[in-house]
Amino acid sequence: MARITAGVGSSHVPLLGVAVDQGKWQDDYFGPIFKGYEWTREWERREKPDVVILVYNDHASAFDANIIPTFAIGCGERYKPADEGWGPRPVPDVEGHADLAWHIAQSLILEDFDMTIINEMDVDHGLTVPLSMMFGQPEKWPCKVVPLAVNVVTYPVPSGNRCWALGEAIARAVESFPEDLNVQIWGTGGMSHQLQGPRAGLLNREWDNRFLDMLEADNDEVRHIPHIEYLRETGSEGIEMVMWLIMRGALGKKVKRLNRHYHIPCSNTAIGHIVLEPAD
Amino acid sequence: MTHDKPRQNIHEYLAEFEDIPGTRVFTAARARKGYWINQFAMSLMKSENRERFKADERAYLDEWNISEQAKQAILARDYNTLLDLGGNVYFLSKLFSTDGLPFAEAVSTMTDMTWPEYRQMMLDGGRSPEGNRSIKGGY
Ligand SMILES: [Fe+2]
Repeated sequence: MARITAGVGSSHVPLLGVAVDQGKWQDDYFGPIFKGYEWTREWERREKPDVVILVYNDHASAFDANIIPTFAIGCGERYKPADEGWGPRPVPDVEGHADLAWHIAQSLILEDFDMTIINEMDVDHGLTVPLSMMFGQPEKWPCKVVPLAVNVVTYPVPSGNRCWALGEAIARAVESFPEDLNVQIWGTGGMSHQLQGPRAGLLNREWDNRFLDMLEADNDEVRHIPHIEYLRETGSEGIEMVMWLIMRGALGKKVKRLNRHYHIPCSNTAIGHIVLEPAD
Repeated sequence: MTHDKPRQNIHEYLAEFEDIPGTRVFTAARARKGYWINQFAMSLMKSENRERFKADERAYLDEWNISEQAKQAILARDYNTLLDLGGNVYFLSKLFSTDGLPFAEAVSTMTDMTWPEYRQMMLDGGRSPEGNRSIKGGY
């Protein structure tokens, strides 16, 4: 049987991809950030997940303003890095796990989550930057990926509560997949940042750390944070953190924290990541 | 089926968004209003479109169903006005990259700071949420 062995929450700031691609990751600016991911990179090398369910959002790359799926799951065989305006990132193509993805998609629909299914798309920094942070610069990514794209741009975006519940349903879907697979689930985006308007540049170290505390807790209070709180406290783009709740919901009630790191700033954004293991 | 919390009232939900200082939440109303601004920006993902736009910005804009006010704002790179007209930063960022402008530098033009001042603020820990959460509440 397939099983979810761990969850990772992580920022996916595009500038981190630039730092990797241009070999700047050891300089004064990026050094402390990449040092914070060192333990996690080592851990991933040992864990060797077969598949990562990678929850992220598309930033006007694969989807334009026309079609706005709230939850979309990639069921294709492979995905190319998107051209976000400067040419695609020089990273390997992302290999899908179509069997598992279709199994999850079907299971979720039967559980009343009306998923959008995607066969072909390019994946942007939201998906490839976390891969670079966790796996460095391999010739080929060491695992398959099931992309799960969430609308966190056009309001209303899904509630934290719904994201958590989706995570729970994903865990049940994975458990009912007959093949023996080591599956991780990653929730990406955030942490606090605002990229627009006169309030741009807002960061909130205190709130972000309280959010990390809530993810580690043996309860599900974090799912009830309303959108307005993310918006007021963490900037207009901090809402991406609802995607971490899909990851957290998939891990069950109790978790063990294996690693946690927080750093300000990276470009406009507060960088954070957390590694959790189900402990029920 | 039972629900452990009352359903969110859509009018209250949307009204609260207008209470955040210096912020344009990308609501459905803004997405509708700015649809063609965002689709225009999206078209700049293709290099042949970028070339045509750069060669004659006004002529390229005239191919789109965009108001004169929005065209002027695009020509002036007036991003706050574009937000008011329903532009969204992830779409507008295609214009940043067409101009070869780093994302953070483009973002800084929406604030009352110069780019070096903005960059320094970020290095110093970013803009504090203190006093920046609510217009009515002032907290
Ligand atoms: Fe993002």
